[in-house]
Amino acid sequence: MRHDHIITAKQLSREDIEAVLDRAAEFDADPGAALDRHPGKLLALAFYEPSTRTKMSFETAIKRLGGDVIDMGPVEYSSVKKGESLADTVRVIEGYADAIALRHPMEGSATMASQFVDVPLLNAGDGAGQHPTQTLLDLYTIREQAGLDDITIGIMGDLKYGRTVHSLAHALTNFDTRQHFISPESLKLPRNVRYDLHEEGAQVREHDSLDEILPELDVLYVTRIQRERFPDENEYQKVAGQFTIDVETLESADDDLTIMHPLPRVDEIDPAIDDLDNATYFEQAHNGVPVRMAILDMLL
Amino acid sequence: MTDIDTELRVSKIQNGTVIDHVTGGEALHVLSIIGIDGSGGETVSVGINVPSDRLGRKDIVKVEGRELSQSEVDVLSLIAPDATINIIREYEVTEKQCVERPEEVTGVLECPNPNCITNAGEPVDTRFEVLSDGVRCEYCDTIIREDLTEHIKS
Ligand SMILES: [Zn+2]
Repeated sequence: MRHDHIITAKQLSREDIEAVLDRAAEFDADPGAALDRHPGKLLALAFYEPSTRTKMSFETAIKRLGGDVIDMGPVEYSSVKKGESLADTVRVIEGYADAIALRHPMEGSATMASQFVDVPLLNAGDGAGQHPTQTLLDLYTIREQAGLDDITIGIMGDLKYGRTVHSLAHALTNFDTRQHFISPESLKLPRNVRYDLHEEGAQVREHDSLDEILPELDVLYVTRIQRERFPDENEYQKVAGQFTIDVETLESADDDLTIMHPLPRVDEIDPAIDDLDNATYFEQAHNGVPVRMAILDMLL
Repeated sequence: MTDIDTELRVSKIQNGTVIDHVTGGEALHVLSIIGIDGSGGETVSVGINVPSDRLGRKDIVKVEGRELSQSEVDVLSLIAPDATINIIREYEVTEKQCVERPEEVTGVLECPNPNCITNAGEPVDTRFEVLSDGVRCEYCDTIIREDLTEHIKS
């Protein structure tokens, strides 16, 4: 991989993705064996909004490589509160650390920040924009469970604001996949994502309910629909059941269906599903560590 | 009526820019792109929907004492793709230029996404990739297809 920064899934070619996933598989096989890879290297965690999972998996990944983290801490206690610009903050942090993982509530923040620093900058989520390291761990999980070519994947839930969805949909265009998007009308894919998928010649269909497409799927990627996205509760109640799954829903699904979710979930996957072999979301979360180890290993 | 005739409807200028073959009805947008609202004291002549052999109807804008920057020409090209720009010095056309669609426009348009980092007071110019039928923010990916002129930075 010849990138200085990891900003968007769009920058990743099939070769890049496969290189990361192969390296991740090596680390996955023996995470303790990588301690001599990057001793003393420091990863700065600049998280402008809370994200326990992403932050902890970055922290675990760098420590598994023999490095350590420095943490900006909560924004309330930082210079950000005093009005310092993001551009200034990352330029200061650049002097302390060998790489920066940035989580920021605004779209395009990682792109902008990367223009001000020479150390590798990893986008750990920018508003409703992109979340490329999540995408790589999603791809790793899909490859393990179903393979990345000749698969049919359903992506369901909040497709409008779900940055993990935007990154994943784009990355999947590198492979021979059929993508089905299932969402309420008001939370359909945004125009810019459709534009990219169209440009890439992706095989894409959109649905307003899971029923008609579920039997065809090899992978079902569920995301959370936030109740507050709906103008009124009635509107939410009308659609809510169509975008949640329970054991009964799965009757028409293929036995080998892989069910994924970027977590945290609320009520979109019934906990009774957790015990089925199909449930892959916790494994998916665990895959965050070897995949982020691979990314850091290649950038540091 | 020929284009020569219509040129005469608005007075000749000594030094400045004549933007000709502007899409009919877009002249006021052109003025807003180049930041002219009359308050700066420039002498400006505008012809709107004048007959044109080439375009049927066209607008024409003449600005005394002002030449256009490249970024202004770039945005101009998005709303007036047929425009020609004539730089006038001492009443003579010294340069004639057709606008070309650039690959990107920098610092001229505002991103309509309120949650875009370019709207957060950071020290960056906006940057838009030019698509075949619109522009796209290179920071947040938002696509603008309609009413580009509403997004010109004031
Ligand atoms: Zn933007």
